[in-house]
Amino acid sequence: MDLDFGPAEEEFRAEVRAWLREHVPAEPLPSLETAEGFAAHRRWEGELSRARLSVVSWPEEYGGRGATPLQWLVFEEEYYAAGAPGRVTQNGINLLAPTLFKHGTPDQLARVLPPMASGEVIWAQAWSEPEAGSDLANLRATATRADGGWLLNGQKTWSSRAAFADRAFGVFRSDPAAERHRGLTYLMFPLDAEGVSVRPIGRLDGKPAFAELFLDEVFVPDEDVIGAPGDGWRVAMSTAGNERGLTLRSPGRFTAAAGRLVELWRERADPADTALRDRVADVWIAARAYRLKGFETISRTDDVGAEASLNKIFWSELDVALHETALDLLGPDGELAGEWLEGYVFSLAGPIYAGTNEIQRNVVAERVLGLPRVR
Amino acid sequence: MRFVLDAEQRMFAESLDRMLAGSKTPGAVRAWADGDSGPGRALWASIAGAGVFAVAVPEEYGGAGVLPVELVTAVHELGRHAVPGPVVETIAAAALLSRLGDEEWLPRVAGGTAMITLAVPYALDADVADLVLAVSGDELAAAAPGERLTSLDPARRLFRVTPGAVRASGEAVREAAAAAYDLGALACAAQQLGVGRALLDASVEYAGSRHQFGRPIGGFQAVAHHLSSALMALEFARPLVYGAALAYGTAEFARDVSAAKVACAEAAYAVAKTALQVHGAIGYTDEYDPSLWIRKARALHSAWGSPSDHRARLMAAL
Repeated sequence: MDLDFGPAEEEFRAEVRAWLREHVPAEPLPSLETAEGFAAHRRWEGELSRARLSVVSWPEEYGGRGATPLQWLVFEEEYYAAGAPGRVTQNGINLLAPTLFKHGTPDQLARVLPPMASGEVIWAQAWSEPEAGSDLANLRATATRADGGWLLNGQKTWSSRAAFADRAFGVFRSDPAAERHRGLTYLMFPLDAEGVSVRPIGRLDGKPAFAELFLDEVFVPDEDVIGAPGDGWRVAMSTAGNERGLTLRSPGRFTAAAGRLVELWRERADPADTALRDRVADVWIAARAYRLKGFETISRTDDVGAEASLNKIFWSELDVALHETALDLLGPDGELAGEWLEGYVFSLAGPIYAGTNEIQRNVVAERVLGLPRVR
Repeated sequence: MRFVLDAEQRMFAESLDRMLAGSKTPGAVRAWADGDSGPGRALWASIAGAGVFAVAVPEEYGGAGVLPVELVTAVHELGRHAVPGPVVETIAAAALLSRLGDEEWLPRVAGGTAMITLAVPYALDADVADLVLAVSGDELAAAAPGERLTSLDPARRLFRVTPGAVRASGEAVREAAAAAYDLGALACAAQQLGVGRALLDASVEYAGSRHQFGRPIGGFQAVAHHLSSALMALEFARPLVYGAALAYGTAEFARDVSAAKVACAEAAYAVAKTALQVHGAIGYTDEYDPSLWIRKARALHSAWGSPSDHRARLMAAL
C-alpha cells in the first residue's frame, strides 16, 4: 500500500502547473451562468484544448492525451489549485462522453467528441421532465418513428445552461405501449433545431442557470441515436453511474476550496471562536477524506458499482458545509455577491441534481448494504 | 500509487477476523468487566501469536519493525471484535519505550507476554497490566494503580495512578511521549473504525430480519437512510486512517493522525447512535451484545484526545 506519485505523474503535474500559471486569467471570468460568462468560458475551453488539456483522459485521436486515472486526478488538483475557471463543457465531458465511449458508434465518436473537447459545441442535458424528476422512468416526452429518424415531442426541464448551449442529449419514450424503464431511446439533438423552444429559468439567485425545453416535431436522424432504440434506460444508467462517481466532482476541487477556506479563516476569524474553527477543521478533514477515497477508488480492481452513490452524497454535503462555513466566516459580508456566495448557491443544487441524495441513500441501502427494497 | 491493502495485508486482517469470530469475544468482554481477566488474557495470547504486537516493535527489540499499515489493519479487527485490554496503550507504550532504548519490556511486548498501560490521563486496565507508565513533563515514571474509576464501558477498567520511581528524564522523554501519543491516537482511531463497522453490520442484519407493520424495518426509508449515512461515515473515515499510517515518520504524521481521529471518533459514535435507534429497546439492554460496542464507541470518543482536542491540533498544524 502506498500513496506515491510516479515520475510520469510528477512530470505531468509540473507541465500542467507551469501551463496554468502562464494562462489562467488573472481576474475571475464572469459567472458561467450568464450569457457573457458563458461566452468567456467557451473561449477559455478553446485555449485549454489547444494545449490538449481540456480532456486529458480521452484518447489522443479525440483531443485528449490518454492520461491514466491518476494523471487525471493530478490534473484536477492542479487545475483547481490554480483557481482556473469552472468547466462550461462539463455536461458533455462528464455525462455524454462516457456514454459515447461505452455505447457510441465510431462515427458518433468522431463527429461529436472533437468539437466537444474544443468547446465549439457545448452540450446540455435533457433528462428531467415536469412529471419525471427522481422518478425518471416516468418520463413522457416521445420519440416517434419517422423516415430516416425520429420526431421528438414533449417537454424537458431543469436543463443546465440550455439557454446558452448548442446541443442536448436525453432519453425519450419511443414505444408508447411500453412502461417505465422499457421502450426508451437515448438521442442527441441541436437546441437551435426547428421545433425546439428554450425558456430560461432563473435559479435561486436569479441567474438563468437552467431552462425548460419545449419540443414540437423535432427531427433527429438515426445517426444521432445512442445505443439501440428502446435500450435508452440501460444506456442512460451507464451515464448516471459515471455522474455519481468521481468524474462529476473531482477531489481536486474540494482540496483547493478547503485550502482557500483555511486561508479565509486565518484572515477573518476571531481566534477565540472555536466553534467556527472546528467547522473549518471538519471541512478540511472531509476534503482530505474525499481525496484519499479517490486514490482508493482508482486503485481498486473490482467494480465500484453502486458505491459510487456514496461519493455523490459525500461531495454534495461537503460542498454545502464548505460554503456555509465560508459565509459564516465572512459575517455581514456573507450575503454580498462574490465568489463564495456564487459557490454557495451552486452548492445548494448538489444534493438535488444527478439523483437526489434521498434516491442515492435508497441505492446505497438496497445495493450496497443489501437491505430489502426501500419505500 | 496503490492505495488499497495488498494481498498479504488482506490475509492478515482476514485471519485475525476468523480467529476472533471463533473466540466468542463477547463472553471474554463480560468476564473482563467483572474482573476475570482469564479469557481476555487467552485472547491476548492468540492475537500476539498472530503478530499483532510484533508490528509495533522495532526489529532490534525482537519485533517485526514498526509497520503502521499492518498495525491499523490489526487494531481495526480487534475493534470489530471488541477485544478487551490495553491494546492501544501497549502499542503506544512500545513507541515510547523504543525511543528510550528500553531492552527489558519491548521483547516481551513483541512476544505477547507483557501488557503495558499508560496514564492518558487515566490508565486503562492498570490492575491487570504488567507495567503502568506515567509521563509528566520530561519525566517517565513507573506508576501504581490508585483509585478505580467507573467508565460507561465496564470493560474499560480505568484507574488514577500514583507515579513511583523515575525511569527516564529529559527532552528525549518529551519527544518519545509525543510520538507515543500520535501512534496511540492512530491506533485508537482504527479501533473506533472497527467498533463502528461491527455496529453497522449488526444493525443491517437486524433491520433485515426485524419485521414491523408486516415488513422488515430496513425497507423503510427512515431506517435505511440512517444506515446509508452510517456506511458513508465509515467509508470516508477509513482512508484517513490509512493515509495517516502511510504518513508515519513524516512531518505530517501528527496532523494526519488528528484528522483520522476526529473522523473515526465521530463516525463510530454516529454509527453507535444509529445502531441503538435501529435496534430499538433491545439495543438499550445490557444483556444484548451490541451494547458492548455501543458503550465502547462513546467511551473511545474522548480517549486519546477528544475530537475538539484533535481539531485544535489540526488547525494549529495548518
